Amino acid sequence: MKRSAERQFWMASALALLWLMPVYAIAVSALSPEADLLAWPKSWLPAALSWETLRFFVQVAGVWDAVINSAIVAALTMVFSIALGAPAGYSLARFHFKGQNLFRMLIVMTRAFPLAILSLPLVTRFISVGLYDTHLGVALVHTALALPFSILVSSSLFMGIPRELEEASWTLGCGKIRSFARIVLPLALPGLAATMIFAFVVSWNEVFAASVLTLNQRTLTAFLFASLEESPLHFRLAGGFFLTVPSLVFIFAVRKYLFSMWGISDK
Amino acid sequence: MSDICVEAIQKAFKGQPVLRSLSLEVKDRELCVLLGPSGCGKTTLLRIIAGLEAADGGSVSIGGSRVDRLPPQRRNLAMVFQNYAVFPHMTIRENIAFGLRMKKAAGDLTEKRVQSAAEMMQIGNLLDRYPGQLSGGQRQRVAVARSLAVEPDVLLMDEPLSNLDALLRLEMRSELKALLKERGVTTIYVTHDQTEALSLADRIAVMHSGGIEQYDRPERIYRYPATVMVGGFIGTPPMNFVSDPALFAGLGASPPDGAVKLGIRPEDLQIDATGLRTRALVVEMLGASLQITARLGDGLIRVSVPAGSPVLSGQEFGLRADGDKCRWYDAGDRLMGEGGPKE
Repeated sequence: MKRSAERQFWMASALALLWLMPVYAIAVSALSPEADLLAWPKSWLPAALSWETLRFFVQVAGVWDAVINSAIVAALTMVFSIALGAPAGYSLARFHFKGQNLFRMLIVMTRAFPLAILSLPLVTRFISVGLYDTHLGVALVHTALALPFSILVSSSLFMGIPRELEEASWTLGCGKIRSFARIVLPLALPGLAATMIFAFVVSWNEVFAASVLTLNQRTLTAFLFASLEESPLHFRLAGGFFLTVPSLVFIFAVRKYLFSMWGISDK
Repeated sequence: MSDICVEAIQKAFKGQPVLRSLSLEVKDRELCVLLGPSGCGKTTLLRIIAGLEAADGGSVSIGGSRVDRLPPQRRNLAMVFQNYAVFPHMTIRENIAFGLRMKKAAGDLTEKRVQSAAEMMQIGNLLDRYPGQLSGGQRQRVAVARSLAVEPDVLLMDEPLSNLDALLRLEMRSELKALLKERGVTTIYVTHDQTEALSLADRIAVMHSGGIEQYDRPERIYRYPATVMVGGFIGTPPMNFVSDPALFAGLGASPPDGAVKLGIRPEDLQIDATGLRTRALVVEMLGASLQITARLGDGLIRVSVPAGSPVLSGQEFGLRADGDKCRWYDAGDRLMGEGGPKE
């Protein structure tokens, strides 16, 4: 027993290192002065920390706007995907209706539909209804991307909450809506938080739809994608840093919700 | 007054009938146990009374007024579930107070009721813990305290003890009985455990494939099973049934006209050299008694005799039935005669 625990520890450490290495390399490069960045051989520790690269990055025309655009779009995506995904997940978990399995299948199928084919009709339609080049437009497409995940994950979350808990609350004088708010929601919150974070990260990192659907209201990814070719190395690394850090910070901040606080099953 | 009256309830799941026009009436302050094998519809009936399931037809009244159109929260009842259903994100205090808070009871009244319910269930020292820190038995106590705190008209219990280990179950059973008598709340209690049913109930409703076979006091259910099914379900080992008329005389039993089957409890058979000759197949020592399984005609018969009786397995012995305790069943497997003395 003890030996297998030890082995798990080393394997987990190795995996963590593998995943953290690029993040570390990007962070170090983004925080080093330009001269160090091009120096060879590389040292593991940054010789001198400097905000020079990042300051340069932020001061480039359009970057700051793109960061704000990205944040708005990601926040909208997060709200939409939970507002639409959680009720859909709840109904999948609690009610039996005709075509339930088909519905479940269709949800997954949406991810199989290539966005590239959809993009041209989407652009013309968005232009005609006035959604082109708006935050809302991009957020809607990102919601479509994040929604299958949020529906399926929230449905399995709700399935993990014993139905008897709701039934007990009904018999104790609680209406259905109040029961959802007082019993189901608090128990599902950790998982729902994780779902929201996932939606945020999906949106924050999405390039294609954001590039196709915007012109002036570029998100950070779309902005970087458009300007990548003509930008110097340290600019790209700083951009990578900006893309990575919010996701990391976000996940770190709500990490305690990712682990179940009370152990949902009380069987 | 909070008597329960269930009339002609029908329920089918996906075309499969689960309850066939079932009626049941439970008196005020009575403890009624629904007993039956799994799949007989007892839990469904309980859930229909609770309002968690809608019946296809029939009516449910509590205290004389129809409740079958009301949602569960307006029927003023409380339910205890098999898996406790204690809210894991609330402390024990919040759990017990939940029903009162939902009914907007005053703060000091809530506190008083929570205290008294907790003390009654002997969990007064656990009020600030979370359910995750409690054992199964303690959680079940919380569930009972939570349902008693709202002072319901009717208490519904769905196999509340079946998740506890054997020793704890015995302890909780006597405690529950004393408590429910003291509180005098009308209770319907579902179980598949006949010992539990016999020991707790004022009246037992024995259910079988969606209907009630017999509804009576425990002694009468045991002594005068209304049908072959009830006799064969209740008792460990259950009642013996002999349908070969050639064997009746040997056992010392004289059938009335139209009797097809003899039902006799294992403890109502005696070893008697002048009785029907048979051979013991297995002899089991059960502490206070010996259980003998013997061949009789084409079937088997189980006999329960005091420990120390001189019968060994493989040995031949004589068997006689206690004449007063023979029960006779007609071709429809129903008990013949008036079914014993009325109270």
